[in-house]
Amino acid sequence: MSVSVGAAAHPPVTLLARALRHRSFTIGAVLTLLLLLAAALSLVWTPWSPYEIDMAAKLQAPDAHHWLGTDPFGRDVTSLLLVGARNSILVGVIAVGIGLGVGTLLGLLAAARRGWVEEAIMRLADFTFAFPAILSAIMLTAVFGAGIVNSIIAIGVFNIPTFARVTRASANAVWSREFVLAARACGKGPWRITFDHVLPNILSALIVQATIQFALAILAEAALSYLGLGTQPPQPSWGRMLAEAQTLLFQAPLLAVFPGVAIALAVLGLNLLGDGLRDLMDPRLARKR
Amino acid sequence: MGLFLFKRLITLLATLAGASVVVFLVLEVLPGDAAQMLMGPDASPEAVQALAVKLGLNLPPMTRYWQWISGLLVGDMGMSNAYSSPVLDLVLERLAVTVPLAVIAMVMTTALALSAGIYAASRHNQLGDTGLMGLTQIGIAVPNFWFAILLILLFSVHLQWFSAGGFPGWSEGAGPALKSLLLPALSLAVVQAAILARITRSAVLEVLREDFVRTARAKGLSRRATLWGHVLRNAMIPVITVMGLQFANLLAGTIVVENVFYLPGLGRLIFQSISNRDLIVVRNCVLLLAVMVIAVNFVVDVLYAVIDPRVKASDV
Repeated sequence: MSVSVGAAAHPPVTLLARALRHRSFTIGAVLTLLLLLAAALSLVWTPWSPYEIDMAAKLQAPDAHHWLGTDPFGRDVTSLLLVGARNSILVGVIAVGIGLGVGTLLGLLAAARRGWVEEAIMRLADFTFAFPAILSAIMLTAVFGAGIVNSIIAIGVFNIPTFARVTRASANAVWSREFVLAARACGKGPWRITFDHVLPNILSALIVQATIQFALAILAEAALSYLGLGTQPPQPSWGRMLAEAQTLLFQAPLLAVFPGVAIALAVLGLNLLGDGLRDLMDPRLARKR
Repeated sequence: MGLFLFKRLITLLATLAGASVVVFLVLEVLPGDAAQMLMGPDASPEAVQALAVKLGLNLPPMTRYWQWISGLLVGDMGMSNAYSSPVLDLVLERLAVTVPLAVIAMVMTTALALSAGIYAASRHNQLGDTGLMGLTQIGIAVPNFWFAILLILLFSVHLQWFSAGGFPGWSEGAGPALKSLLLPALSLAVVQAAILARITRSAVLEVLREDFVRTARAKGLSRRATLWGHVLRNAMIPVITVMGLQFANLLAGTIVVENVFYLPGLGRLIFQSISNRDLIVVRNCVLLLAVMVIAVNFVVDVLYAVIDPRVKASDV
């Protein structure tokens, strides 16, 4: 009786209503939306051309024409930041895609087959951690030269073991549930069970992890571009903007501030979004924190 | 413990061997004609052939791999093309910067993270906790090389307390050398400390909810005595695991931060060797960094078992 009274007094709260009340999720979603909007906007419009060099307008302070000033080549910083957002997203999406695709398959295989297959995949995942993204990128760059493709591959490969581990841990939990036992009793094979029952049940964990890895990919791409190993000129990149700004700290200190703020806000947004999604998809975790 | 250590040692050796194979394959076999790569596209075929013979690149890959590994085992890393000196000497000289930098950064990370994490947990959901956790979110989002540039802007450009980069060398005395490593170490530490502080806070909160903590308080132990005597030892298990992974991140991070501060460390040597097409140096340095990461993870595994005997019991 008390249950029905309680239920009547508190109507079921929709996921959207809970999401809007969640501070981390809301801030994260707004920041991520801004990042996506900036990237989308740069496809159709930028205040100035990000590729046009105008030495007469170099190192201008922010004003009504150039909202965030100009760089040592006279390029508009706002335009460079907008197009830089697009490159960050491109690297993030493909690198996370590589990790998500390969890592999830490996994790699902490990959970479905168990035994030596699981052991071999997990040891391989442990082994890959010995080569952080920067180190992998350095190896690839030393052989094939610097470029956005090599940095995407390096970051993507580093994402694979993370997704493999998360998938295998979540999938193992699903495999021990009664409904999987029932599916096996009905004669379904391991791969049918994996794609019909296991994958749909671990999707939320994978989405949360993808958000976090996306943030890490943006950080890694910025670091590689800062070193000159990532995105190459004339393509604008937040990391390379910082590298160029570092040589002008005395003349134009603000140049070293804007790209860093852009990176930090993008990463902060994705991290908060990931935290929020985790809480919303598993409210028990939120209560524990 | 003996069997546990033995199993871990076997895994360690297999991982080290695997890492050396990967580095060799990527940097020696994948490029195809490594001599051509070293000399550039404009070199004459005779010059390329001469270099290939000089470096032993005309030998089969298996022989070259064995020569490299057997050389490493007796401390011979080969000769650098660009510096015309033994790679081992170069590496040892650069490690004298990178290792102290990583250690100082790790000490700073631990001090900042443990104090912040324990403070936040002891004031769960109060203003101090919320404020600190907000700061850690920002700390995690800030790229270490940008934070390094901001530190240079503040302490070198405006306040002029530190130089904007460079390393005077240990021969000038420990004081100036350590001073030049302070800002780089801080820029490495802040980001890692933000991550570790959050994990410390969660771990302490988790243990605070355990029954034995309630028992300790019920028998009259003060909150402080319970925290230091019972909670922290148990909470340290996940914290130490993450610290091991973080040391690996710190080592990788030194590659970037050494370039921001123009420090003559291992990271900068790798970076310069890529520009010089000095693949022998790149190969040895990359393997060395990978070995350091693997070794730290091994130590963490063993420490983990020492702190929590359940680990080795379940693993043997």
